Amino acid sequence: MQAFRYSQARSVDGALRAGGTADTSFLAGGTTLIDLMKLDVMTPQTVVDINALPLDQVEAATGGGVRIGAMVKNSDLANHALIRQKYAVLSEALLSGASPQLRNMATTGGNLLQRTRCYYFRDVNYACNKRDPGSGCAALDGYNRIHAVLGGSDHCVAVHPSDMAVAMMALEATVHTSSPKGGRALALNEFYLVPRDTPQKENVLEPGELITHVTLPAMAEGTRSFYIKLRDRAQYEFALASVAAVVRVNGKHIERARLALGGVATKPWRSMEAERALEGKTANRETFERAADAAMAGAKPLQYNGFKVELGKMAVVRALESVTA
Amino acid sequence: MDQPKHPQVNGHVATDQETNHQPKQKETEPSGREPVFGRFSRRSFLAQLGAAGVAASTAPLAHAAQTDTADETNAAARVPGAVPVTLNVNGKEYRVTVDPRTTLLDTVRDHLQLFGTKKGCDHGQCGACTVHVNGRRVNSCLSFAVMHEGDKITTIEGLAENGQLSVVQQAFLEHDGFQCGYCTPGQIMSATALLKEPIGPADDDVRAAMSGNICRCGAYSNIVAAVQQARTKTA
Repeated sequence: MQAFRYSQARSVDGALRAGGTADTSFLAGGTTLIDLMKLDVMTPQTVVDINALPLDQVEAATGGGVRIGAMVKNSDLANHALIRQKYAVLSEALLSGASPQLRNMATTGGNLLQRTRCYYFRDVNYACNKRDPGSGCAALDGYNRIHAVLGGSDHCVAVHPSDMAVAMMALEATVHTSSPKGGRALALNEFYLVPRDTPQKENVLEPGELITHVTLPAMAEGTRSFYIKLRDRAQYEFALASVAAVVRVNGKHIERARLALGGVATKPWRSMEAERALEGKTANRETFERAADAAMAGAKPLQYNGFKVELGKMAVVRALESVTA
Repeated sequence: MDQPKHPQVNGHVATDQETNHQPKQKETEPSGREPVFGRFSRRSFLAQLGAAGVAASTAPLAHAAQTDTADETNAAARVPGAVPVTLNVNGKEYRVTVDPRTTLLDTVRDHLQLFGTKKGCDHGQCGACTVHVNGRRVNSCLSFAVMHEGDKITTIEGLAENGQLSVVQQAFLEHDGFQCGYCTPGQIMSATALLKEPIGPADDDVRAAMSGNICRCGAYSNIVAAVQQARTKTA
Protein backbone atom coordinates (compact mmCIF):
# COMPACT_ATOMS: atom_id res chain seq x y z
CA MET A 1 0.00 0.00 0.00
CA GLN A 2 1.29 3.44 -0.81
CA ALA A 3 1.97 5.76 2.11
CA PHE A 4 -0.54 8.52 2.80
CA ARG A 5 -1.15 11.42 5.14
CA TYR A 6 -3.93 10.56 7.58
CA SER A 7 -6.16 13.08 9.28
CA GLN A 8 -9.48 13.00 11.08
CA ALA A 9 -12.26 15.48 10.39
CA ARG A 10 -14.45 16.60 13.27
CA SER A 11 -17.02 18.56 11.26
CA VAL A 12 -18.36 18.72 7.72
CA ASP A 13 -16.57 22.04 7.23
CA GLY A 14 -13.35 20.49 8.46
CA ALA A 15 -13.82 17.55 6.11
CA LEU A 16 -14.42 19.86 3.17
CA ARG A 17 -11.32 21.90 3.97
CA ALA A 18 -9.21 18.77 4.24
CA GLY A 19 -10.87 17.26 1.17
CA GLY A 20 -9.90 20.20 -1.00
CA THR A 21 -6.35 18.98 -1.57
CA ALA A 22 -5.65 17.01 -4.71
CA ASP A 23 -5.53 13.20 -4.47
CA THR A 24 -7.59 13.09 -1.28
CA SER A 25 -10.09 10.41 -0.36
CA PHE A 26 -12.64 10.45 2.40
CA LEU A 27 -12.51 7.36 4.62
CA ALA A 28 -15.72 6.05 6.15
CA GLY A 29 -16.13 2.30 6.77
CA GLY A 30 -13.06 1.49 4.71
CA THR A 31 -14.57 -1.63 3.18
CA THR A 32 -14.03 -0.34 -0.35
CA LEU A 33 -11.20 2.14 0.11
CA ILE A 34 -8.86 0.02 2.23
CA ASP A 35 -9.58 -3.07 0.11
CA LEU A 36 -8.57 -1.20 -3.05
CA MET A 37 -5.65 0.63 -1.44
CA LYS A 38 -4.17 -2.77 -0.59
CA LEU A 39 -4.35 -3.59 -4.29
CA ASP A 40 -2.86 -0.23 -5.31
CA VAL A 41 -6.04 0.39 -7.32
CA MET A 42 -6.83 3.47 -5.25
CA THR A 43 -3.80 5.49 -4.22
CA PRO A 44 -4.81 8.68 -2.40
CA GLN A 45 -1.99 10.79 -1.04
CA THR A 46 -4.25 12.05 1.73
CA VAL A 47 -6.95 10.15 3.58
CA VAL A 48 -9.50 12.13 5.59
CA ASP A 49 -11.28 9.98 8.17
CA ILE A 50 -14.89 11.21 8.40
CA ASN A 51 -16.11 8.72 10.99
CA ALA A 52 -16.53 11.41 13.64
CA LEU A 53 -18.92 13.45 11.52
CA PRO A 54 -22.41 13.78 13.06
CA LEU A 55 -24.16 12.16 10.09
CA ASP A 56 -25.27 8.86 11.63
CA GLN A 57 -28.98 9.36 12.19
CA VAL A 58 -32.06 7.96 10.49
CA GLU A 59 -34.87 10.43 10.98
CA ALA A 60 -38.46 10.59 9.84
CA ALA A 61 -38.80 13.66 7.64
CA THR A 62 -41.73 16.03 8.07
CA GLY A 63 -44.52 15.05 5.71
CA GLY A 64 -43.48 11.40 5.60
CA GLY A 65 -40.29 10.28 4.02
CA VAL A 66 -36.97 9.65 5.74
CA ARG A 67 -33.59 11.30 6.03
CA ILE A 68 -30.60 8.98 6.26
CA GLY A 69 -27.20 10.27 7.34
CA ALA A 70 -24.29 9.34 5.10
CA MET A 71 -22.46 7.73 8.03
CA VAL A 72 -25.31 5.42 9.07
CA LYS A 73 -23.97 1.85 9.07
CA ASN A 74 -25.60 -0.50 6.58
CA SER A 75 -26.64 -2.87 9.39
CA ASP A 76 -28.27 -0.08 11.39
CA LEU A 77 -30.14 1.14 8.33
CA ALA A 78 -31.34 -2.34 7.42
CA ASN A 79 -32.61 -3.03 10.95
CA HIS A 80 -34.17 0.38 11.56
CA ALA A 81 -37.86 0.07 12.42
CA LEU A 82 -38.94 2.84 10.06
CA ILE A 83 -37.03 1.31 7.14
CA ARG A 84 -38.34 -2.18 7.79
CA GLN A 85 -41.92 -0.95 8.01
CA LYS A 86 -42.10 1.53 5.17
CA TYR A 87 -39.16 0.75 2.86
CA ALA A 88 -38.90 -3.02 3.00
CA VAL A 89 -37.01 -3.23 -0.30
CA LEU A 90 -34.19 -1.15 1.19
CA SER A 91 -33.89 -3.37 4.24
CA GLU A 92 -34.00 -6.52 2.09
CA ALA A 93 -31.40 -5.17 -0.31
CA LEU A 94 -29.02 -4.20 2.47
CA LEU A 95 -29.37 -7.53 4.27
CA SER A 96 -28.67 -9.40 1.03
CA GLY A 97 -25.35 -7.65 0.63
CA ALA A 98 -21.88 -8.48 1.90
CA SER A 99 -21.57 -10.08 5.35
CA PRO A 100 -22.69 -9.07 8.83
CA GLN A 101 -19.19 -7.84 9.63
CA LEU A 102 -19.00 -5.71 6.49
CA ARG A 103 -22.51 -4.37 7.07
CA ASN A 104 -21.39 -3.20 10.50
CA MET A 105 -18.61 -1.17 8.91
CA ALA A 106 -20.06 0.04 5.61
CA THR A 107 -21.90 3.34 5.47
CA THR A 108 -24.72 4.78 3.36
CA GLY A 109 -22.45 7.15 1.48
CA GLY A 110 -19.76 4.56 1.04
CA ASN A 111 -22.21 1.98 -0.27
CA LEU A 112 -23.34 4.35 -3.01
CA LEU A 113 -19.73 4.98 -3.97
CA GLN A 114 -18.42 1.43 -3.84
CA ARG A 115 -16.36 0.38 -6.85
CA THR A 116 -16.87 -2.41 -9.34
CA ARG A 117 -15.81 -6.01 -8.67
CA CYS A 118 -14.47 -6.43 -12.21
CA TYR A 119 -11.35 -8.59 -11.83
CA TYR A 120 -9.44 -6.53 -14.32
CA PHE A 121 -10.19 -3.26 -12.51
CA ARG A 122 -8.98 -4.82 -9.30
CA ASP A 123 -5.71 -6.08 -10.75
CA VAL A 124 -3.18 -3.42 -11.79
CA ASN A 125 -1.55 -5.91 -14.14
CA TYR A 126 -4.49 -5.71 -16.55
CA ALA A 127 -5.66 -3.02 -18.96
CA CYS A 128 -8.50 -1.02 -17.45
CA ASN A 129 -9.89 2.25 -18.77
CA LYS A 130 -11.66 2.92 -15.50
CA ARG A 131 -8.55 2.60 -13.38
CA ASP A 132 -6.11 3.87 -16.00
CA PRO A 133 -7.92 5.86 -18.72
CA GLY A 134 -6.86 4.95 -22.22
CA SER A 135 -5.17 1.68 -21.31
CA GLY A 136 -7.89 -0.52 -22.78
CA CYS A 137 -10.49 -2.92 -21.40
CA ALA A 138 -9.33 -6.45 -20.64
CA ALA A 139 -12.89 -7.58 -19.89
CA LEU A 140 -14.26 -7.05 -23.39
CA ASP A 141 -12.46 -10.10 -24.74
CA GLY A 142 -11.63 -11.57 -21.37
CA TYR A 143 -13.65 -13.53 -18.83
CA ASN A 144 -16.67 -11.27 -18.64
CA ARG A 145 -19.17 -13.46 -16.80
CA ILE A 146 -19.86 -10.88 -14.09
CA HIS A 147 -19.99 -7.94 -16.44
CA ALA A 148 -22.76 -5.75 -17.80
CA VAL A 149 -25.32 -6.40 -20.52
CA LEU A 150 -26.83 -2.94 -20.10
CA GLY A 151 -25.16 0.47 -20.18
CA GLY A 152 -21.76 -0.74 -21.36
CA SER A 153 -19.50 0.70 -24.02
CA ASP A 154 -16.37 -0.21 -26.00
CA HIS A 155 -14.41 1.27 -23.14
CA CYS A 156 -15.98 -0.42 -20.11
CA VAL A 157 -18.54 -3.06 -19.19
CA ALA A 158 -18.01 -3.14 -15.44
CA VAL A 159 -21.06 -3.69 -13.24
CA HIS A 160 -21.92 -1.44 -10.30
CA PRO A 161 -22.17 -3.90 -7.41
CA SER A 162 -24.38 -2.15 -4.86
CA ASP A 163 -27.70 -3.64 -3.75
CA MET A 164 -28.62 -0.65 -1.61
CA ALA A 165 -28.32 1.71 -4.57
CA VAL A 166 -30.69 -0.42 -6.65
CA ALA A 167 -33.33 -0.31 -3.92
CA MET A 168 -32.80 3.42 -3.44
CA MET A 169 -33.16 3.89 -7.18
CA ALA A 170 -36.59 2.25 -7.15
CA LEU A 171 -37.47 4.36 -4.09
CA GLU A 172 -36.49 7.52 -6.00
CA ALA A 173 -33.90 8.65 -3.49
CA THR A 174 -32.19 12.02 -3.42
CA VAL A 175 -28.50 12.39 -2.57
CA HIS A 176 -27.55 15.49 -0.58
CA THR A 177 -24.01 16.80 -0.69
CA SER A 178 -21.81 19.50 0.76
CA SER A 179 -18.90 21.14 -0.97
CA PRO A 180 -16.90 24.34 -0.73
CA LYS A 181 -19.14 25.63 -3.53
CA GLY A 182 -22.25 24.90 -1.48
CA GLY A 183 -24.54 21.90 -1.09
CA ARG A 184 -26.79 20.34 -3.68
CA ALA A 185 -29.56 17.78 -3.93
CA LEU A 186 -29.15 15.21 -6.67
CA ALA A 187 -31.83 12.76 -7.77
CA LEU A 188 -30.21 9.33 -7.51
CA ASN A 189 -31.46 8.66 -11.00
CA GLU A 190 -29.13 11.39 -12.24
CA PHE A 191 -26.27 10.66 -9.85
CA TYR A 192 -24.58 7.81 -11.67
CA LEU A 193 -22.92 7.97 -15.09
CA VAL A 194 -22.63 5.24 -17.69
CA PRO A 195 -19.03 4.69 -18.78
CA ARG A 196 -19.16 5.81 -22.45
CA ASP A 197 -15.57 6.83 -23.14
CA THR A 198 -14.88 8.13 -19.62
CA PRO A 199 -15.40 5.10 -17.35
CA GLN A 200 -13.26 6.70 -14.63
CA LYS A 201 -16.18 9.10 -14.02
CA GLU A 202 -18.78 7.01 -12.21
CA ASN A 203 -20.97 9.76 -10.79
CA VAL A 204 -21.49 13.51 -10.89
CA LEU A 205 -19.67 14.27 -7.64
CA GLU A 206 -16.91 16.82 -7.93
CA PRO A 207 -13.54 16.32 -6.22
CA GLY A 208 -13.86 17.12 -2.53
CA GLU A 209 -17.67 16.97 -2.59
CA LEU A 210 -19.05 15.05 0.37
CA ILE A 211 -22.32 13.11 0.56
CA THR A 212 -24.04 14.11 3.82
CA HIS A 213 -27.53 12.57 3.57
CA VAL A 214 -29.88 10.53 1.45
CA THR A 215 -33.60 11.25 1.57
CA LEU A 216 -36.43 9.00 0.52
CA PRO A 217 -39.90 10.32 -0.30
CA ALA A 218 -42.94 9.14 1.61
CA MET A 219 -44.48 5.88 0.42
CA ALA A 220 -48.11 6.21 -0.61
CA GLU A 221 -50.59 4.03 1.26
CA GLY A 222 -50.81 0.55 -0.21
CA THR A 223 -47.33 0.62 -1.76
CA ARG A 224 -45.38 -2.59 -1.44
CA SER A 225 -41.76 -3.25 -2.22
CA PHE A 226 -39.53 -6.25 -2.75
CA TYR A 227 -35.90 -7.12 -3.54
CA ILE A 228 -34.73 -10.27 -5.27
CA LYS A 229 -31.05 -11.10 -5.65
CA LEU A 230 -29.80 -13.98 -7.81
CA ARG A 231 -26.24 -15.24 -7.48
CA ASP A 232 -24.09 -18.36 -7.45
CA ARG A 233 -24.04 -18.66 -3.65
CA ALA A 234 -26.85 -18.10 -1.15
CA GLN A 235 -24.94 -15.44 0.80
CA TYR A 236 -21.85 -13.26 0.86
CA GLU A 237 -21.70 -12.70 -2.85
CA PHE A 238 -22.54 -10.02 -5.39
CA ALA A 239 -25.57 -10.23 -7.67
CA LEU A 240 -25.57 -11.78 -11.12
CA ALA A 241 -28.98 -10.15 -11.48
CA SER A 242 -31.18 -8.37 -8.97
CA VAL A 243 -34.40 -6.39 -9.04
CA ALA A 244 -35.97 -3.84 -6.71
CA ALA A 245 -39.69 -3.38 -7.30
CA VAL A 246 -41.87 -0.72 -5.66
CA VAL A 247 -45.48 -1.15 -6.74
CA ARG A 248 -48.95 -0.01 -5.74
CA VAL A 249 -51.88 -2.06 -6.98
CA ASN A 250 -55.58 -1.48 -6.57
CA GLY A 251 -57.06 -4.94 -6.76
CA LYS A 252 -55.35 -6.23 -9.91
CA HIS A 253 -54.82 -2.80 -11.42
CA ILE A 254 -51.25 -1.49 -11.29
CA GLU A 255 -51.47 2.13 -10.26
CA ARG A 256 -47.80 2.88 -9.82
CA ALA A 257 -44.57 0.98 -10.49
CA ARG A 258 -40.89 1.69 -10.02
CA LEU A 259 -38.34 -0.88 -11.05
CA ALA A 260 -34.54 -0.99 -10.85
CA LEU A 261 -32.03 -3.69 -11.75
CA GLY A 262 -28.66 -4.63 -10.31
CA GLY A 263 -25.90 -7.00 -11.35
CA VAL A 264 -26.59 -6.49 -15.04
CA ALA A 265 -25.65 -2.87 -15.72
CA THR A 266 -22.84 -0.37 -15.41
CA LYS A 267 -24.84 1.65 -12.93
CA PRO A 268 -27.87 0.90 -10.72
CA TRP A 269 -30.39 0.58 -13.55
CA ARG A 270 -33.74 2.28 -13.23
CA SER A 271 -35.98 0.87 -15.95
CA MET A 272 -38.61 3.37 -17.01
CA GLU A 273 -39.26 1.10 -19.98
CA ALA A 274 -40.48 -1.60 -17.62
CA GLU A 275 -42.44 0.91 -15.55
CA ARG A 276 -44.29 2.15 -18.64
CA ALA A 277 -45.19 -1.46 -19.47
CA LEU A 278 -46.69 -1.88 -16.00
CA GLU A 279 -48.56 1.25 -14.99
CA GLY A 280 -52.22 1.11 -15.86
CA LYS A 281 -52.03 -2.59 -16.72
CA THR A 282 -53.40 -5.67 -15.01
CA ALA A 283 -51.10 -7.38 -12.56
CA ASN A 284 -50.63 -10.78 -14.20
CA ARG A 285 -47.87 -12.97 -15.62
CA GLU A 286 -48.35 -11.66 -19.14
CA THR A 287 -47.87 -8.06 -18.04
CA PHE A 288 -44.87 -8.96 -15.95
CA GLU A 289 -43.22 -10.79 -18.84
CA ARG A 290 -43.78 -7.82 -21.13
CA ALA A 291 -42.22 -5.55 -18.53
CA ALA A 292 -39.28 -7.95 -18.24
CA ASP A 293 -38.77 -7.91 -22.00
CA ALA A 294 -38.89 -4.11 -21.95
CA ALA A 295 -36.35 -3.96 -19.14
CA MET A 296 -33.83 -6.12 -20.98
CA ALA A 297 -34.64 -4.86 -24.48
CA GLY A 298 -31.34 -3.08 -25.08
CA ALA A 299 -29.21 -5.82 -23.54
CA LYS A 300 -25.90 -6.56 -25.27
CA PRO A 301 -24.54 -9.93 -24.17
CA LEU A 302 -20.80 -10.55 -24.08
CA GLN A 303 -19.12 -13.89 -24.58
CA TYR A 304 -19.66 -15.20 -21.05
CA ASN A 305 -22.63 -13.28 -19.68
CA GLY A 306 -25.43 -13.96 -22.16
CA PHE A 307 -27.31 -15.86 -19.46
CA LYS A 308 -27.91 -12.53 -17.71
CA VAL A 309 -30.50 -11.50 -20.30
CA GLU A 310 -32.84 -14.37 -19.42
CA LEU A 311 -31.86 -14.28 -15.74
CA GLY A 312 -32.64 -10.56 -15.60
CA LYS A 313 -36.05 -11.12 -17.18
CA MET A 314 -36.89 -13.91 -14.77
CA ALA A 315 -35.78 -11.75 -11.85
CA VAL A 316 -38.13 -8.99 -13.00
CA VAL A 317 -41.04 -11.41 -13.31
CA ARG A 318 -40.33 -12.99 -9.92
CA ALA A 319 -40.02 -9.59 -8.23
CA LEU A 320 -43.30 -8.40 -9.68
CA GLU A 321 -45.09 -11.60 -8.73
CA SER A 322 -43.82 -11.27 -5.17
CA VAL A 323 -44.68 -7.62 -4.76
CA THR A 324 -48.22 -8.06 -6.06
CA ALA A 325 -49.01 -11.40 -4.42
CA MET B 1 3.87 -4.56 -1.06
CA ASP B 2 1.02 -5.30 1.31
CA GLN B 3 2.79 -5.42 4.66
CA PRO B 4 4.25 -2.33 6.29
CA LYS B 5 7.80 -2.94 7.40
CA HIS B 6 8.13 -3.26 11.17
CA PRO B 7 11.13 -1.93 13.03
CA GLN B 8 13.55 -4.74 13.74
CA VAL B 9 15.91 -4.58 16.68
CA ASN B 10 18.45 -7.37 17.00
CA GLY B 11 16.20 -9.46 14.79
CA HIS B 12 13.36 -9.20 17.27
CA VAL B 13 10.26 -7.36 16.06
CA ALA B 14 9.90 -4.30 18.23
CA THR B 15 6.81 -4.44 20.35
CA ASP B 16 5.41 -1.21 21.64
CA GLN B 17 3.95 -3.16 24.50
CA GLU B 18 7.45 -3.64 25.75
CA THR B 19 8.37 0.00 25.44
CA ASN B 20 5.36 2.26 25.83
CA HIS B 21 2.89 0.06 27.58
CA GLN B 22 2.00 1.28 31.04
CA PRO B 23 -0.59 -1.10 32.35
CA LYS B 24 -3.33 0.32 34.52
CA GLN B 25 -3.47 -2.96 36.38
CA LYS B 26 -0.97 -5.71 37.03
CA GLU B 27 -0.51 -7.99 34.06
CA THR B 28 -1.37 -11.36 35.46
CA GLU B 29 -2.85 -13.21 32.56
CA PRO B 30 -1.66 -16.82 32.39
CA SER B 31 -1.14 -17.26 28.70
CA GLY B 32 0.16 -20.83 28.66
CA ARG B 33 2.78 -19.37 26.35
CA GLU B 34 5.18 -18.32 29.10
CA PRO B 35 8.43 -17.15 27.46
CA VAL B 36 11.40 -19.32 28.31
CA PHE B 37 14.34 -16.93 28.07
CA GLY B 38 13.32 -13.62 29.59
CA ARG B 39 10.80 -12.15 27.19
CA PHE B 40 11.49 -14.75 24.56
CA SER B 41 8.85 -17.14 23.28
CA ARG B 42 8.86 -19.79 20.54
CA ARG B 43 7.27 -17.26 18.22
CA SER B 44 9.89 -14.57 18.74
CA PHE B 45 12.68 -17.16 18.58
CA LEU B 46 11.51 -18.34 15.19
CA ALA B 47 11.03 -14.77 14.02
CA GLN B 48 14.58 -13.80 14.81
CA LEU B 49 15.87 -17.03 13.29
CA GLY B 50 14.16 -16.04 10.07
CA ALA B 51 15.94 -12.70 10.17
CA ALA B 52 19.32 -14.19 11.01
CA GLY B 53 18.93 -17.09 8.62
CA VAL B 54 20.91 -19.43 10.86
CA ALA B 55 19.57 -22.00 13.33
CA ALA B 56 22.57 -23.28 15.25
CA SER B 57 23.86 -21.26 18.15
CA THR B 58 22.32 -19.89 21.29
CA ALA B 59 24.16 -16.60 20.90
CA PRO B 60 21.21 -14.96 19.06
CA LEU B 61 18.95 -16.04 21.93
CA ALA B 62 20.99 -14.34 24.59
CA HIS B 63 21.54 -11.28 22.45
CA ALA B 64 17.89 -10.78 21.55
CA ALA B 65 16.69 -11.41 25.08
CA GLN B 66 18.34 -8.21 26.22
CA THR B 67 15.67 -6.12 24.56
CA ASP B 68 17.01 -2.60 24.42
CA THR B 69 13.96 -0.47 25.12
CA ALA B 70 15.62 2.78 24.06
CA ASP B 71 16.53 1.22 20.72
CA GLU B 72 12.95 0.04 20.15
CA THR B 73 11.39 3.38 20.99
CA ASN B 74 13.76 5.04 18.56
CA ALA B 75 13.15 2.35 15.98
CA ALA B 76 9.40 2.92 16.11
CA ALA B 77 9.85 6.66 15.80
CA ARG B 78 12.17 6.18 12.81
CA VAL B 79 9.24 4.82 10.71
CA PRO B 80 8.45 7.90 8.65
CA GLY B 81 4.94 9.21 9.19
CA ALA B 82 4.30 6.86 12.12
CA VAL B 83 1.37 8.01 14.21
CA PRO B 84 0.78 7.38 17.93
CA VAL B 85 -2.53 5.80 18.87
CA THR B 86 -3.92 4.43 22.12
CA LEU B 87 -5.97 1.30 21.71
CA ASN B 88 -8.27 -0.21 24.30
CA VAL B 89 -8.09 -3.94 23.66
CA ASN B 90 -9.75 -6.46 25.96
CA GLY B 91 -9.97 -3.81 28.65
CA LYS B 92 -6.29 -2.85 28.57
CA GLU B 93 -4.81 0.32 27.11
CA TYR B 94 -1.94 -0.03 24.67
CA ARG B 95 -0.01 2.91 23.31
CA VAL B 96 1.51 2.14 19.94
CA THR B 97 3.17 4.12 17.19
CA VAL B 98 2.20 2.81 13.79
CA ASP B 99 2.43 3.58 10.13
CA PRO B 100 -1.12 4.75 9.27
CA ARG B 101 -1.32 1.90 6.75
CA THR B 102 -1.21 -0.65 9.55
CA THR B 103 -4.53 -2.42 9.81
CA LEU B 104 -6.18 -3.14 13.11
CA LEU B 105 -5.49 -6.81 12.34
CA ASP B 106 -1.74 -6.34 11.88
CA THR B 107 -1.62 -4.10 14.92
CA VAL B 108 -3.19 -6.58 17.34
CA ARG B 109 -1.03 -9.38 15.99
CA ASP B 110 2.34 -7.75 15.34
CA HIS B 111 2.32 -4.85 17.79
CA LEU B 112 0.21 -6.22 20.63
CA GLN B 113 1.27 -9.85 20.29
CA LEU B 114 -2.35 -11.00 20.35
CA PHE B 115 -2.09 -13.77 17.82
CA GLY B 116 -5.55 -15.27 18.23
CA THR B 117 -7.04 -13.10 15.50
CA LYS B 118 -6.07 -14.61 12.16
CA LYS B 119 -5.29 -13.24 8.72
CA GLY B 120 -7.10 -15.31 6.09
CA CYS B 121 -7.67 -13.23 3.00
CA ASP B 122 -6.76 -9.73 4.22
CA HIS B 123 -9.60 -8.36 2.07
CA GLY B 124 -12.78 -8.77 4.07
CA GLN B 125 -13.79 -11.93 2.23
CA CYS B 126 -13.31 -14.68 4.82
CA GLY B 127 -14.00 -13.39 8.34
CA ALA B 128 -10.95 -14.98 10.00
CA CYS B 129 -9.96 -11.51 11.24
CA THR B 130 -13.29 -10.83 12.98
CA VAL B 131 -13.01 -8.75 16.16
CA HIS B 132 -15.47 -6.60 18.06
CA VAL B 133 -15.33 -2.82 17.95
CA ASN B 134 -17.65 -1.37 20.57
CA GLY B 135 -19.37 -4.75 20.75
CA ARG B 136 -20.02 -5.11 17.03
CA ARG B 137 -18.33 -7.61 14.80
CA VAL B 138 -16.09 -6.21 12.06
CA ASN B 139 -13.30 -7.36 9.76
CA SER B 140 -10.13 -5.98 11.32
CA CYS B 141 -8.23 -6.37 8.05
CA LEU B 142 -10.23 -3.56 6.47
CA SER B 143 -9.72 -0.96 9.17
CA PHE B 144 -6.65 1.08 10.07
CA ALA B 145 -5.50 1.04 13.70
CA VAL B 146 -5.38 4.84 13.70
CA MET B 147 -9.14 4.93 13.16
CA HIS B 148 -9.79 3.32 16.56
CA GLU B 149 -8.60 5.73 19.21
CA GLY B 150 -11.27 5.65 21.88
CA ASP B 151 -12.92 2.45 20.66
CA LYS B 152 -13.31 -0.63 22.82
CA ILE B 153 -11.82 -3.51 20.92
CA THR B 154 -12.35 -7.14 21.86
CA THR B 155 -10.34 -10.00 20.41
CA ILE B 156 -10.70 -13.75 20.97
CA GLU B 157 -8.26 -13.43 23.87
CA GLY B 158 -10.75 -11.19 25.62
CA LEU B 159 -13.71 -13.56 25.79
CA ALA B 160 -12.73 -15.85 28.64
CA GLU B 161 -13.05 -14.35 32.11
CA ASN B 162 -10.65 -15.49 34.85
CA GLY B 163 -9.83 -18.58 32.85
CA GLN B 164 -13.50 -19.44 32.42
CA LEU B 165 -14.52 -19.98 28.80
CA SER B 166 -17.46 -18.02 27.48
CA VAL B 167 -20.75 -19.70 26.67
CA VAL B 168 -19.91 -19.61 22.96
CA GLN B 169 -16.41 -21.01 23.45
CA GLN B 170 -17.82 -23.81 25.56
CA ALA B 171 -20.46 -24.59 22.94
CA PHE B 172 -17.81 -24.80 20.21
CA LEU B 173 -15.91 -27.33 22.31
CA GLU B 174 -18.96 -29.41 23.10
CA HIS B 175 -20.09 -29.53 19.47
CA ASP B 176 -16.61 -29.93 17.98
CA GLY B 177 -17.17 -26.76 15.97
CA PHE B 178 -13.70 -26.73 14.40
CA GLN B 179 -11.06 -28.90 12.71
CA CYS B 180 -7.83 -27.07 11.95
CA GLY B 181 -8.93 -24.17 14.11
CA TYR B 182 -7.79 -21.37 11.84
CA CYS B 183 -11.21 -19.86 11.17
CA THR B 184 -12.32 -20.61 14.71
CA PRO B 185 -11.44 -17.38 16.51
CA GLY B 186 -13.32 -15.46 13.83
CA GLN B 187 -16.26 -17.87 14.03
CA ILE B 188 -16.43 -17.50 17.80
CA MET B 189 -16.17 -13.71 17.66
CA SER B 190 -18.93 -13.64 15.04
CA ALA B 191 -21.15 -15.98 17.02
CA THR B 192 -20.61 -14.00 20.21
CA ALA B 193 -21.66 -10.75 18.58
CA LEU B 194 -24.59 -12.48 16.87
CA LEU B 195 -26.16 -13.14 20.28
CA LYS B 196 -27.02 -9.45 20.45
CA GLU B 197 -28.30 -9.12 16.89
CA PRO B 198 -31.87 -9.53 15.59
CA ILE B 199 -31.63 -13.00 14.04
CA GLY B 200 -34.47 -15.45 13.41
CA PRO B 201 -34.59 -18.72 15.36
CA ALA B 202 -34.00 -21.28 12.59
CA ASP B 203 -30.76 -22.97 11.59
CA ASP B 204 -31.02 -21.21 8.23
CA ASP B 205 -31.10 -17.88 10.06
CA VAL B 206 -27.90 -18.82 11.86
CA ARG B 207 -26.31 -19.87 8.57
CA ALA B 208 -27.15 -16.50 7.06
CA ALA B 209 -25.93 -14.65 10.14
CA MET B 210 -22.65 -16.60 10.16
CA SER B 211 -22.14 -16.34 6.41
CA GLY B 212 -19.31 -13.85 6.87
CA ASN B 213 -17.06 -16.58 8.27
CA ILE B 214 -15.91 -19.27 5.92
CA CYS B 215 -14.38 -22.60 6.92
CA ARG B 216 -12.23 -24.57 4.52
CA CYS B 217 -12.45 -27.66 6.71
CA GLY B 218 -16.22 -27.58 6.43
CA ALA B 219 -17.08 -27.61 10.12
CA TYR B 220 -20.25 -25.71 9.35
CA SER B 221 -22.86 -28.11 10.67
CA ASN B 222 -21.12 -28.30 14.04
CA ILE B 223 -20.64 -24.54 14.08
CA VAL B 224 -24.37 -24.03 13.54
CA ALA B 225 -25.13 -26.48 16.34
CA ALA B 226 -22.71 -24.69 18.64
CA VAL B 227 -24.23 -21.31 17.88
CA GLN B 228 -27.75 -22.58 18.44
CA GLN B 229 -26.73 -24.04 21.77
CA ALA B 230 -25.12 -20.78 22.82
CA ARG B 231 -28.28 -18.92 21.85
CA THR B 232 -30.50 -21.12 24.00
CA LYS B 233 -28.10 -20.81 26.93
CA THR B 234 -28.15 -17.02 26.74
CA ALA B 235 -31.78 -16.53 25.78
